[in-house]
Parts: sequence; C-alpha cells; structure tokens
Amino acid sequence: MIILEAESITAGYTEVDILHAVTVRVSSGEIVSVIGPNGAGKSTLLKAVFGILKPRNGTVTLKDEDITGLKPDRVVRKGISYVPQMENVFPSLTIQENLEMGAFIRTDDYGHRIEEMYDLFPLLGERRKQKVGQLSGGQRQMVAMGRALMLDPQLLLLDEPSAGLAPVLVSGIFEKIKEINATGVSMIIVEQNAREALKMASHGYVLAMGRNVLDDTGEALLANEEVGRLYLGG
Amino acid sequence: MLELIVYGIVLGSIISLGAIGLTLVYGIIRFANFAHGDFLTTGAYVALFLVTGLFSWIGIPDNTFGSLSFGWRMVIAFPLAMAVVACVAIALDRILYQKLRQKRSGAVILAMSSLGAAFIVRMIILILWGADSLFYRPGVMRPALELPLGVKIRPDQILILITVIALVGALHLFLQRSKMGKAMRATADNMELALVSGIDTERIIIWTWGIGGALAAAGGILYGIDVQLHPYMGWNFLIPLFAATILGTIGNMYGAFVGGLILGVAQQLSTAWLLPTYKPAVAFVIMIVILFIRPQGIFGGSSS
Repeated sequence: MIILEAESITAGYTEVDILHAVTVRVSSGEIVSVIGPNGAGKSTLLKAVFGILKPRNGTVTLKDEDITGLKPDRVVRKGISYVPQMENVFPSLTIQENLEMGAFIRTDDYGHRIEEMYDLFPLLGERRKQKVGQLSGGQRQMVAMGRALMLDPQLLLLDEPSAGLAPVLVSGIFEKIKEINATGVSMIIVEQNAREALKMASHGYVLAMGRNVLDDTGEALLANEEVGRLYLGG
Repeated sequence: MLELIVYGIVLGSIISLGAIGLTLVYGIIRFANFAHGDFLTTGAYVALFLVTGLFSWIGIPDNTFGSLSFGWRMVIAFPLAMAVVACVAIALDRILYQKLRQKRSGAVILAMSSLGAAFIVRMIILILWGADSLFYRPGVMRPALELPLGVKIRPDQILILITVIALVGALHLFLQRSKMGKAMRATADNMELALVSGIDTERIIIWTWGIGGALAAAGGILYGIDVQLHPYMGWNFLIPLFAATILGTIGNMYGAFVGGLILGVAQQLSTAWLLPTYKPAVAFVIMIVILFIRPQGIFGGSSS
C-alpha cells in the first residue's frame, strides 16, 4: 500500500524552480532513499513534502488525504516527522526536554515513548539531564531522530542523517535507522552516502538537476553500472 | 558604602525585572524592543490610576500595612496593572511587530518601529498625567529600619526585594517545569525546529510578550513605590536595561537577572564619587566596556 505520494512536484525558494515535476512514492513500511549530486534538489524535495516550502505545482498525498501546502505544524499532526540536516536539536535544552518537545502536540501520557527512545539509544538514557549543546555530533543526531520519533510517525523524513559524522559513527546511525524501520516506520532518506543509503532501501530514486533520473529497487540501482559510475564513485 | 550596595541591590532588582522581559523577547523575536522601558512607565501609571482613581471611587479603604507606604489598594492594583501591561505588549505585537514580521522586515526596521511605539506610549502618559513627578502616597516619609553595620533600609525596600525574588522564582519554575515554559525555551533556541515539532510559535510569541510586559509593569510599580513616578522613568531605564541584558548574555534570563543586579549596584556605588545625575552614564560606560571586551556577555559560552 502506498502511504505517501508526491506527484510531479515543482518548487523553489525564490522565483527560480529547483524541483521540476519530481515524483516520489513510499509504500507502507519501506525505506526510500533519494540520492543524487549536490544541488540536485534532494533536501528541497523533503521540504516540499513537509510543507516548509509550498510547491508551485503538484500534489502531496498522505494515504488518501491531500496535504499539499499544509504548514509544517499541521503536517506533523498528520503523522509525518522531519529531521532537518542542520540545527536539528534544541541545544540549550536537556536530552529529556528535547524529547518532550518532540511530543509537544501529544495530549496523552508519553512517558513510555520516552523510555522506548532510551532503549533505542541507550547512550541518551544515561545522560537525560545533560544539555544537548554539550553532546557530540553523533549523539545530537540521535537526539534529533528521537525527537522526531516521539509522535510515533507513520513516515519519517531524514535529511542527510550521516552528514558531518565521523566515518566510524556512520554505520552506527544507519544501523539505528534500520532498527527504527523494523518497528514499522516508513522513511524517506536523503543521502550523500549513496551506497549505504541504497543498501538499506527497498526503493531508490536518483535526482539530478531537480528532475527524476532513475527509480528502481535499491538492489537494482546498486547493480546499475551508470549509477555506480556517476553516483557511487565507481 | 555598604548602604549604597544595599540600595544598589534594590535598584538592580527593579532593573532585572525589565531586563528579563527584554531578553526573553530578544531571545524569541531577535530584535531590540526600545519600547520596553515605557512598559515600566505604563505599569507604574496604570497602578497610579487604580490606586488614586478607580479604587477610591469604588471605595476600597486607603489603609497602609504597618510601616509600609501602601495597603490593600496597591496589593490589588499590582497584579491588575501587570495584566494590563501584558495586554498592551501583546496588542503592540499584534498590530505592529507581527505585521512587520510577516513582511519580513529586518531587525533594524523592527527596532525603529519600537522606538516610535515608545514615543506614542510616553506621549499618551504625558497627556493624561502631565510631566510632573508623582507619588502613590505623597508627603509621607517612612522611617528607615536600622540594620547592623549602620545600614538604613525602608520596609518598602525589603518588600520590593521579596516581590522581585518571588516573581523571578515563579518565572524560573514556569520556564523549567511547565510545558509552555519549555516550549518557550525551545522556540528561543530554534524557531524553525519548534515549528517542525508542531509548536504553535505565534502563541509562544504572545506568551513571551505577555510575560515581558507583566514583569516590566512590576518593575515600574516597584520603582514608583521606592522613588517616584515620572513619564520618562522607563525611558531613563532603557540604557541600564540594555546594559544588563548584554552583560548577562542576550537571551539568557538568568544572565539578565544577574546583569540587572550588577548594574544597580554599580549605579548606586558611583554616587559615592559622582553626582547622581551621572548614573545613566555609568550604565552606558558598562555597556560599552562589555561590548568591547566580552560582547557575548558573562554567560555566553560555546553552546549553540
């Protein structure tokens, strides 16, 4: 079953369009990886889906509901969470408070969800009273994902989760992403680290110059010679 | 000397109330609200209207508590005036600053518009009450209590300190414990991410103005009780307010509190060598020095 369909999205920050009729579909429970060179419009696509950017054209459909152009604070109530690439935590708040802010719109008792996050990221559980500004990049990335997961989203949008992390940490973060996905959360992941991203993806999209270039299963894209040469570094 | 330090702490606690509001607003909306001083004035005059006007008309008894200079009228007027100025601050945001934000005006435009708002507020007070100094209870000098080491302090001043500590303590609990308080800190940290988390940031902005306005009103009333009321009282506080805010790191409520106390003590201590008319200059010099040697303030670390 398809849970999200972004259909021929055209969008940009100014008068200039960055995305030109880009289409992405996510089925329930799958990881979709979006790869492509710098400036291909990968991050812009996530912003358009999440309503940070209003698409000039095209529709975003979540299950059977048209959510095109809804503001982020509405989209998040529909069951989509977003982890920006940069500045994705509240540095002067503690780890615990960051998670609480992720659950801001929840009216039920979400204490058990916080404990689940600490089970997923045991390191965070040990330092729950520590300010996030004092954490390392990898730990911040965990806080950022934890915050986004507090709402039990159906769909998680991850913008370059491995960016800026030391190579030893990258595989750890990808392991966590797989773990999260195994709990039933569908995802769109935008990644520079294309090989790793395609390895975990059931489906992959290649963007270039703001247009769809290729889409196929993750395996097929990994095996594709042209993709290998152009985007996976030979 | 010790006496000047005590008076400085009283003055500083009043400056703190204004500086905390200024720093909270800056933390969220990132602009210097030059109208903040005039919120102090508005609070003081709203309380004056209630105490000497409305309450005598509806017949609330004009008593005083023990050796304090005020009674029930002020106890009722204090929270009411805070609420009124909170509404004034919120209204100013809705009819002026929010419109400018929507048009994506820069911080300079917002600051200039707040300067205009400050003039309007002050002129309204001048029209209604005139340019003379006024008192909540004219003509009564309350005897000072003699503390050890020859420090003389009026009972009013002790109560001012207690009130400020209670207000700052309440704000601390609100920011640390309540959901809305945490969301305010989150929004000050990263407004984009707050929005992405589903926090209604416009509502946070309204709360921030309300709290800032209410604290400023409290500061203005306390200064009126301690010294006098004057249409320019808040404007004259503006330099110490900004100096305290910068000294304590812009956006940091605890820094603003400490900065306010330091400013108050420095201003009062200076009167041991300088004429009291130089007090604003002392604040100005402190602000310039801090901008030169440590522009991020005493609490500005490497976080964020």
